[in-house]
Amino acid sequence: MGAAIKASDLTKFYGKILAIDHLAFEVERGEIFGFLGPNGAGKTTTIRILTGVIKPDLGTASIMSYDILKEPLKAKQVMGILPEMANAYIDLTAWQNLMFLGELYGVPAARRQRRAETLLKKFGLYERKDQLVKGFSKGMRQRLLICMALINEPAILFLDEPTGGLDVQSARLIRNMLSELNQNGITIFLTTHNMEEANQLCNRVAIINNGKIIALNRPEKLRAFSKKLQSVEVAFDKSVDSKSLKLPGVVQVKEMGDKVRLYTEDPNSLLYQMVGYAQANGLKFVTLNFLTPSLEDVFVTLTSSQEV
Amino acid sequence: MRDSIDVGLSQQLKRAFAICKKDIHIYYLKSPVIVMGILFPTFMFAAFLVGRDLNLNFLMSSLTVMTIFFTSTAVVPLVMPWETRSRTLERLVSSPVSITAIILGDVLASFLFGVLFSLVPLVIGLVLGVTVLHPMIFLLGILSASFCFSSLAAILSTPPTDIPANVMMLSTLVRFPLLFISGVFIPIEKLPSWGRLIASASPLTYFVDIATYSINGIAYYPVLIDLVILIGFAILFLGMSVKLHERNMPKRM
Repeated sequence: MGAAIKASDLTKFYGKILAIDHLAFEVERGEIFGFLGPNGAGKTTTIRILTGVIKPDLGTASIMSYDILKEPLKAKQVMGILPEMANAYIDLTAWQNLMFLGELYGVPAARRQRRAETLLKKFGLYERKDQLVKGFSKGMRQRLLICMALINEPAILFLDEPTGGLDVQSARLIRNMLSELNQNGITIFLTTHNMEEANQLCNRVAIINNGKIIALNRPEKLRAFSKKLQSVEVAFDKSVDSKSLKLPGVVQVKEMGDKVRLYTEDPNSLLYQMVGYAQANGLKFVTLNFLTPSLEDVFVTLTSSQEV
Repeated sequence: MRDSIDVGLSQQLKRAFAICKKDIHIYYLKSPVIVMGILFPTFMFAAFLVGRDLNLNFLMSSLTVMTIFFTSTAVVPLVMPWETRSRTLERLVSSPVSITAIILGDVLASFLFGVLFSLVPLVIGLVLGVTVLHPMIFLLGILSASFCFSSLAAILSTPPTDIPANVMMLSTLVRFPLLFISGVFIPIEKLPSWGRLIASASPLTYFVDIATYSINGIAYYPVLIDLVILIGFAILFLGMSVKLHERNMPKRM
């Protein structure tokens, strides 16, 4: 058995603009693979090529061993897809949308009805199945779109920003479902802006910028790479002079409203020092947070260095 | 898994039919569309009949032609811009359905719509005493004309825009000139030779000829030729629309 996704030399121009530049990577079967990058980096172009929506100018890709250029329909048949800007048909009910998608994937009637019922129940939409989608909230629509992506019981799931703009509960439900699906053997290719989401879900992540992969590794390795960007955010019950918080190991101190952020390579040791500092000055903690590097932090670091 | 995947012709036809059902549900079974489909031929009939001394046979054949032409070309050009705008197109294109099947589904829905509303002028004409001399030829003509005009409309939907008004403008620019050059208002045999030459390039001309033959028993061209040319135009238009949509689809994303 080959890789779930194999991209070789993928290149795409929009006019004179190079959208993706000789991308090459593999995604193993059963893996959750995160594809991260800022807006315009080439994430959606890559996912559109991998899902057969657009063709590359150069290179090719195979999905579950089907060449997306030579056997696009077979490759699409084994995928479930959630495009970034997609919408369900708002003049159809949730149930009708699922039945329609099931028909497009050639799922037999009895099986697609069973499958639709299971999915709608799992994603908390069964009670609303006969309601037109135009009455759904953004979170409900997104959950329905994931149900639609799963109607054909795909071997691989492509999700373009699945939790973008969602409320916390919907985002958490979707993340939990993705973990569960992956435990059942589905390979997941996920694009996101959210480093923490990628960290929670992904076995490996690739960071793309200006159409090139600048890092591809396990999330913890990438985080370790940007260790110096870790910080502790603290607020006390009384105001303190931020300069007095320049404790050993602190690289930088930043005032953020009523909080102070301390950048360090060793947040663990800083925590002990903070406790001592509070006791010595008779202060009580109002807030004390470990902050992992944001995508922006990691990204800025990585763009100024070589591939990881 | 490799061998068990079936995305062949029969599957594509089934999926085209699913798209046809979706189109009918979303775009055709709407009150304004249905009311327009009934009112348009009714009012046209009344407008030409009341207070005028027009031949009822000529009126019925012309209005059946116009009804099928306008109803078959009314909605299809708008489906792609609507789907682009409502962001449902990418989901459709990323499913295991060929562009041919997507277009065929759109054309099928329009074909059924055209055939259904051709009944309105037919029923009015029959109630007023018109006799259809060759009903089978008329039926074949209606079926092939509706499919042909729906395929033509699929070509009109190829500009990669999400603004329906842009497509409507193009559609109007194509449909109205076709109506005037095709012997709908002036019988083909009464056109000057250059007029007949231009008329022969329009698919509408051949359906006008079939309708005239079916009701009056007189045709300018052999009726079999009319049918073959109409079907030829239908295949040509469908092929062209698939090619153009394949080329323009990435520009819609």
